[in-house]
Amino acid sequence: MEFLTNLINGISLGSVYAIIALGYTMVYGIAKMLNFAHGDVIMVGGYIAFMTLFYLGMNPLICVLIAICGCTLLGIVIERVAYKPLRQSPSLTVLITAIGVSYLLQNLALLIWGSNPKVFPSIAAGLPSLQLFDGQLNISAETLITIGASVIIMVVLGLFTTKTKMGKAMRACSEDPGAARLMGINVDTTISTTFAIGSGLAAVAGVLLCSSYPTLMPTTGAMPGIKAFTAAVFGGIGSIPGAVLGGVLLGIIEIFAKAYIGTQLADAVVFAVLIIVLLIKPSGLLGKYVPEKV
Amino acid sequence: MSFSNISRRGFVQAMGVAGAAGAVALTGCGNSAGGSDNGGSSSEGGDGKFKLGGIGPITGPAAIYGNACKNAAQIAVDEINASDSTFKFDYRFEDDENNAEKSVNAFNTLKDWGMQMLMGTTTTAPCIAVSKEASADNIFELTPSASSTDVIGGQPDADGNVAEQRKPNVFQMCFTDPNQGVASAKYISEQKLGTKVGIIYDSSDAYSTGIDQKFLSEAKNVSLEVVANEAFTADSATDFSAQLNSCKSAEADILFLPIYYTPASIILKQAKDMGYAPKFFGVDGMDGILSLEGFDTSLAEGVMLLTPFNADASDEKTQAFVKAYKEKFNETPNQFAADAYDCVYVLQAALEKAECTPDMSASDICDKLVEVFTSSDFVFDGLTGESIAWSDTGEATKEPKGMVIQNGAYVGME
Repeated sequence: MEFLTNLINGISLGSVYAIIALGYTMVYGIAKMLNFAHGDVIMVGGYIAFMTLFYLGMNPLICVLIAICGCTLLGIVIERVAYKPLRQSPSLTVLITAIGVSYLLQNLALLIWGSNPKVFPSIAAGLPSLQLFDGQLNISAETLITIGASVIIMVVLGLFTTKTKMGKAMRACSEDPGAARLMGINVDTTISTTFAIGSGLAAVAGVLLCSSYPTLMPTTGAMPGIKAFTAAVFGGIGSIPGAVLGGVLLGIIEIFAKAYIGTQLADAVVFAVLIIVLLIKPSGLLGKYVPEKV
Repeated sequence: MSFSNISRRGFVQAMGVAGAAGAVALTGCGNSAGGSDNGGSSSEGGDGKFKLGGIGPITGPAAIYGNACKNAAQIAVDEINASDSTFKFDYRFEDDENNAEKSVNAFNTLKDWGMQMLMGTTTTAPCIAVSKEASADNIFELTPSASSTDVIGGQPDADGNVAEQRKPNVFQMCFTDPNQGVASAKYISEQKLGTKVGIIYDSSDAYSTGIDQKFLSEAKNVSLEVVANEAFTADSATDFSAQLNSCKSAEADILFLPIYYTPASIILKQAKDMGYAPKFFGVDGMDGILSLEGFDTSLAEGVMLLTPFNADASDEKTQAFVKAYKEKFNETPNQFAADAYDCVYVLQAALEKAECTPDMSASDICDKLVEVFTSSDFVFDGLTGESIAWSDTGEATKEPKGMVIQNGAYVGME
């Protein structure tokens, strides 16, 4: 029973990582850049949802929608101001800019919301938890929502990138931006759209993260952001199912390491696993190995 | 921020505590000659008042403690300055965000201002760094709430080694961590609150680890069975499901939480979500959980904690203080506030006994105050205890009170 509970906890934590990792992987796959500000967009999403939920007392679903709109808008602004002018610059420049945006967002949040932690009210308040085996196994409504949301998002994103015109354009840009441009695809718009989608996902991740682990601070997104980035690399960065698989596995490994190896060593174990996987399979679990064409 | 006043050793140690390895380049500005020469140079008391500095986190995750200290000391200073006492204070409080590096900067700011004695710092890790500086500069330091023995120094660990030398000018108003660990174990055993104890502590925090270790060793003496001793770190302070699960499967019926209230609030929620309902027992870091914005106080129902101060106590002194605090700051003062309030009054009493004058240098005042504090006939009756006395070690002797949260308020346990 302890094993099952740990497994559920791992999947629940992993699902949050998975949704965050989806944002990383989308942006990396299409724009070939690591958006390190992603974790902080999550935090902003959390704060927007907190304000609408706690101060205005709105319906949780509406709060999530407002957070998604807010973060999408924020993502578009960030992309316009910070990343778009650097489209032709070396990737290192963009990376450093992303880190700068990350600090900017953290400090802006510090100014706006202060640094006192806020306790995020549950979006699943009042919903019953699922009890199995005579109440020995208790799965909270938040856990179920988180797992459900990550699966739904993965499927919808998968369909979007294979079936829609914009999705196909994204995949084309990911494969070869130069050729895509020749085929009449507006690469700039496609990349901007990707950012908007990634930021919208960040809002969902922020709400789910804060619902399950309810303290909200300006640094809330930083550590989960790094872990989710790890998950994205673990699963194969650029691959949508890879991000979900990596996220869930990372969550399970983290919880199992805490439960069976020792709470002190958990993070070390997580990253050791990452290193081993990358040594054996450098492109990640589901990543495609792309040989350099000369 | 004037780096030139920081001794090189102190600076490097402060940086080490802060973990800010990236800023090591700044050590080049350090003054390796030490800062002991400027302790009293600029300390001319203005208007015949003593310059009292305070440091604590008034922003950041531990802000609740710093604000409590800042506000309560302000009340005490206002009261004293309005009285006809000849020992009055000029009071200034600086923020350190619970960060050792920023705390040392705050200390230097106050020193430039001409501080003659320090009420601070509020939290443990910054206080260890600042107490080194205060010790080097010979400025008297009385911390309301930094409870580690490394703050005062000179305490041997389990193996008998003394990691920090005694800093003779540093004294504490609160319990020390070992006292809290020992008192908690005794209390749980004496009151028969539980037989199997689970512990969740922060292994990246000196305060939490210190209490945990003493609790473990005392638990053996009072035959409490510790069935789980689980750790987390500052980086993983968001998910406690694995730790709670271990405690649950070990059938712990009481959870000891020697941690601050922010992670504790998550633990309470996650325990409820997984249908685990042991008793919860906290230490002074738990104080403040009820003022957390957005926190569902029903989660904290029945949580017990040891603290030397009870805002519901019926004595005249406590009631007057609680009333003044509520009027001015619109909330019920916690134990940190009471400690800081006591700090100001005990400093006044000591200055009076030592016959100090505001035109004396910080270093001279420090020598006199140390003499008074360590003298056997200096006892203090305050909000946080009767006949509080200090020894050469810098520890205060007083009795803890058990409190329990009922209907969203602290109530004394009998």
